[in-house]
Amino acid sequence: MATRLPAVDAVLIGFGWTGAIMAQELTEAGLNVLALERGEWRDTPTDFAPTFAQDELRYYWRHELFQRLNHDTLTIRNKASETALPMRRLGSFLLGSGVGGAGVHWNGQVWRFLPSDLKARSHNLERYGKKAVPDDMTIQDYGVSYEDLEPYYDKFEYLCGVSGKAGNLKGVIQAGGDPFEGPRAREYPNPPLDMPYAPTLFGQAAAGLGRHPFPHPAANMSRPYTNPLGVQLGACTYCGFCEKYACGNYSKASAQTTILPVLMRKKNFTLKTNSEVVKINLSADGKTATGVTYIDDKGQEFEQPAELVVLSAYILHNVRLLLLSGIGKPYDPATGEGVVGRNYAYQITSSVNVFFDDKILNPFVGAGALGTIVNDFNGDNFDHSGLGFIGGGYVGLLQTGARPIETHNTPDGVPKWGAAWKAALARDYLKTTTISTHGAVMSHRGNYLDLDPTYKDALGRPLLRMTFDFTDNEHKMSDYLTDRAAEIGRAMGGREIKVNYRKGSWDVVPYQTTHNTGGAIMGDDPRTSFTNRYLQSWDVPNLFVLGATAFPQNAGYNPTGTVAALAYHAADAIKTRYLKAPQQSLVQA
Amino acid sequence: MSTFELDRRALLGIGAAACAVPLTAAAAQFTGAGMAWQPNTAAWPTAVDLRAGYMFFTPDEAAFIEAACARIVPADATGPGAVEAGVPLFLDRQLAGDYGKGARWYMQGPFGKSTGTQGYQSRHPPAGLYRAAIRAIGDHLGRNGGQPFHKLSAADQDAFLKDLEAGKADLGGDVDAKAYFTLLLQNVMEGYFADPLYGGNRGLAAWKMIGFSGARYDQRAYVLAYGKPYPLPPVGIGGRPAWSAKG
Amino acid sequence: MARRLITFMLAALSAAAVVTYPASPGAQQAPAADPPVETQQVAYGRALAVIGDCEGCHDRPGGPPLAGGLPLNTPFGVIYSANITPDRETGIGTWTADDFWNALHRGVRANGAKLYPAFPYPYFTHVTREESDALYAYFRTVAPVSYRPPANKLPFPFNIRFLVTFWNMLNFKEDTAPTTGPTRGEHIVRGLGHCGACHTPKTLLGGDKTGHELEGGKLDNWFAPALTGDVRAGLGAWPAAAIAEYLKTGRNAHANASGPMGDVVAHSTSQMSGADVAAIATYLKSQTARLEPTPPATLDPKVMASGQAIYVDQCAACHAVDGKAAPTYFPPLPGAAVTQSRDPTTVIRFILSGTQTVATDARPTPLSMPSFAWKLDDAQVAAVATYVRNSWGNSAPAVSPGDVARLRRKVAAKPVQKPSARI
Repeated sequence: MATRLPAVDAVLIGFGWTGAIMAQELTEAGLNVLALERGEWRDTPTDFAPTFAQDELRYYWRHELFQRLNHDTLTIRNKASETALPMRRLGSFLLGSGVGGAGVHWNGQVWRFLPSDLKARSHNLERYGKKAVPDDMTIQDYGVSYEDLEPYYDKFEYLCGVSGKAGNLKGVIQAGGDPFEGPRAREYPNPPLDMPYAPTLFGQAAAGLGRHPFPHPAANMSRPYTNPLGVQLGACTYCGFCEKYACGNYSKASAQTTILPVLMRKKNFTLKTNSEVVKINLSADGKTATGVTYIDDKGQEFEQPAELVVLSAYILHNVRLLLLSGIGKPYDPATGEGVVGRNYAYQITSSVNVFFDDKILNPFVGAGALGTIVNDFNGDNFDHSGLGFIGGGYVGLLQTGARPIETHNTPDGVPKWGAAWKAALARDYLKTTTISTHGAVMSHRGNYLDLDPTYKDALGRPLLRMTFDFTDNEHKMSDYLTDRAAEIGRAMGGREIKVNYRKGSWDVVPYQTTHNTGGAIMGDDPRTSFTNRYLQSWDVPNLFVLGATAFPQNAGYNPTGTVAALAYHAADAIKTRYLKAPQQSLVQA
Repeated sequence: MSTFELDRRALLGIGAAACAVPLTAAAAQFTGAGMAWQPNTAAWPTAVDLRAGYMFFTPDEAAFIEAACARIVPADATGPGAVEAGVPLFLDRQLAGDYGKGARWYMQGPFGKSTGTQGYQSRHPPAGLYRAAIRAIGDHLGRNGGQPFHKLSAADQDAFLKDLEAGKADLGGDVDAKAYFTLLLQNVMEGYFADPLYGGNRGLAAWKMIGFSGARYDQRAYVLAYGKPYPLPPVGIGGRPAWSAKG
Repeated sequence: MARRLITFMLAALSAAAVVTYPASPGAQQAPAADPPVETQQVAYGRALAVIGDCEGCHDRPGGPPLAGGLPLNTPFGVIYSANITPDRETGIGTWTADDFWNALHRGVRANGAKLYPAFPYPYFTHVTREESDALYAYFRTVAPVSYRPPANKLPFPFNIRFLVTFWNMLNFKEDTAPTTGPTRGEHIVRGLGHCGACHTPKTLLGGDKTGHELEGGKLDNWFAPALTGDVRAGLGAWPAAAIAEYLKTGRNAHANASGPMGDVVAHSTSQMSGADVAAIATYLKSQTARLEPTPPATLDPKVMASGQAIYVDQCAACHAVDGKAAPTYFPPLPGAAVTQSRDPTTVIRFILSGTQTVATDARPTPLSMPSFAWKLDDAQVAAVATYVRNSWGNSAPAVSPGDVARLRRKVAAKPVQKPSARI
């Protein structure tokens, strides 16, 4: 029997990046806000201290900061004709856990999508015609424009103290920045990080080939920084333990380092940890969310009524909770109808290793988003005529560190173990670097999320099932990017390169990215989207769904910048319009 | 007592503005009290007990493991072998602990066969897979009066490991040879290159071999030192000899 | 001296019964607790309560404001702070304004019993009658709480309150004509602010060492640094504006407030007016440099080398290789007073236990130093402490492994390892 608790103005499900952003915005508007997080409290001096944070085995290989799959995981398959099996170990993507979520262990790569990314469907149809977008490629426009989001991208960049160099200031292209980016109102809040040897060599080689290299925008502080909330971050020390690790000296942006010091002092904000939401409750007519039901670590059930419900967990958990709560019509790939679970997408990546004989690169010096990038082949920044694919990605040399269990780049022909392997590694470790490509994934009719019929989580509820594979579009595009990367790699003038194309079906084992997107997408049409452009559910107007869940397809950029901008955009609409007319839809369908 | 000390605050009271760090998995509630913190509290790693002998491997298993480690990373002039680096002890402690049990993995059934892209699907967590695989290897090699692995010549050992790696050895039962070798290779590399507190990488020798700087945090002086050798020796979470005045 | 005094006390005990003072002349029936109306006097009293940091001792963790019950560890035993809400049975609800004045001014309760000097009446004796009345008026508007703090744990003979009379003879001089001058800053520091309660060295019996005001004091296993004009170990290098900034926001270019001073900043100085904080700064800047010169440290090169290795590998993560760190974020070590204080207790304690910079409205980020107790042994802590105390122009006595071991036993004997998360 659930204990019924006193009502709150707003309840947030999940307390990572989007939960913290929305909680800060809503409490500023005077609301009584409750955040429910099924994981635990985590903070820098106790959980991420530089006395033990540099532990590759514990954090990368034993997954200490990530979700425990024995509690909750998902099942995966490439095609609907296969039987989905559980993801028993983390691999391809690393699910976050606890306060701050994956924002604690990310790299800090902060991007804006291109204006054309946000209208991938209409833009590509217009430029390349109907053949460019096959019937099974279910891409859609986001329903917001780059201009709509610009002030919110800016807000997140200043919250996070992003270190970078603007490439387009109000329409004027700036030297040293990305000439392809959408126009921005002002410079980044911090100058770019110091650039080590390898990314500098990459930049020189790329420029020599006529590309346009620039420093990767980084939520790793290039200097001590106080953000607009008054929160202080330290300067990055290039420790090389960024992605998959938490930052020990407050120099990587996360909920903890940018928002929580202010939010946790507010009397109108409450956080409950070890409190897992198991259902979003609806009124009898299904048109209003009345609140949530959650359980604590002892399994005791609580009913938490709320005026406003915000689903701010990770995209995969968001979609599963909607399905388990019976909200929205589940997607059926056979008919193409339904919205919950549709348009799941991911990221396609590849790499090129460059081996030098004569250059000590010290690759273990690194930071999460430290590197040199070219966007010449991202989005629709280049003419796709005759190439047989749409979309693109960035090509860059990121020096995030070179932890030794992970970093065994050896040339073609070298075995993976034995004396020859050892000699090659000892010879090459300090003098090897890796160029990576990071490509878009278009949504496809057959790539979707639903509930698994067989496997259950620790609470006995069905796991989410992911049906996903790369299509021809992705493979062609990724190969193209890889070839461009190889060109730059050769031009860097090393002893040799090794080209690692992404081949075959999507494999859950090797780590790729934690850029899962879609499943409750935004759009203009309730038949093909779950939310409107303010991330407000079409069916249940007092339910907002944050996160990359909103993306109708994924672009060639890391998603967090756009996730945050959409969250701020939604928060603004809630504060300025929704609260004045609650329970009303902000957009007429 | 040489100086009078008037204690004004109980230790509880220090940091009264912030609330205590909840240390159990119990549900906790935070309202308006700032960022929870407590002195003397940290999520530090647990070092393995290096003094005890094998806690997991039986003598037969240890014989196989030590011999396999010696081939996967042999000792030579370049650097230590996996055995010298302590990798068998590392493996033993990992398999004896939570990792061996697959404590963080999803180990609920039913267990199906992977299409090849669905990852690990064995019903055995690592500990169980090692036991089953090493037994199956012993059976496989012992068929027709063959020698156990540790008695084979180095060349024969390499050949067998390569067969395992390529999936050419049929170990029968529910042991996937390729999956086992993949796991073993992964674990050996972990042990060889992990922080020494876990039992391997003795004396930071593997890090010295490749030039990895270790568990450091401030590399600001070296970012722009293009092409210059790194001047400091590696350091582990437990420190390095220079931390001791006697070292 | 102390031994003679204790003998005297014991002799007096054996002879006399407990003596109680008569109620103060002209005592009236105390009025009922006032309704919470914020008159000008009450507002004044509230501001004074902030200056006095009453909640600093009269709140217990998790308890309602001013209801007492915080255990104060004195060398004589544990004293629990009193309930000063206007509850008639368990608080000071029956006290008159005169009673309240006597408590602050003379250290006596309404029933005439002596207050233990854990309550800093030797400082509060400088509070004026007008201020006392305002505080009284404010406390009468606080929500009454029915709560009886636990009985003090003072062994015989220290549970005999009467003996405080003798302590007072040695250590207490009633201010017969308190004024709000000569300057506002002096009035605050030497009076309600009771800074010397921590920052002035103490005699064996816990009284202030005469003639050594604000030269630094040890308490509760912390060392509160000197507030004199000394450059190395006092405030000599801090401009007045920096002192004010520290008190208001909890950090400045020289230091971050944490530990007990963090609490003072959070509950008291950050909420004081800019004028008051500036006044304190002005008064402190008037202090001369008068610490005894410290003999140059004899440094073992091997210890310095090992300290440097630890520092470069670990401490530089926040404090940087040159110690300069990031002023107002991570405190610089060259020239730092806490670092160079003769008494290394605070330095050692920061290393062992970690510390959390105070969060204030102006600077809400509690940038924290992690705990090293689980990681460094006594020799290593001593080495790195000696290293930071004697590098970059710093000079201070070396720290010995014994120093570390003694403090570790008291404050960091059982470091707590946070277990793996459940989900």
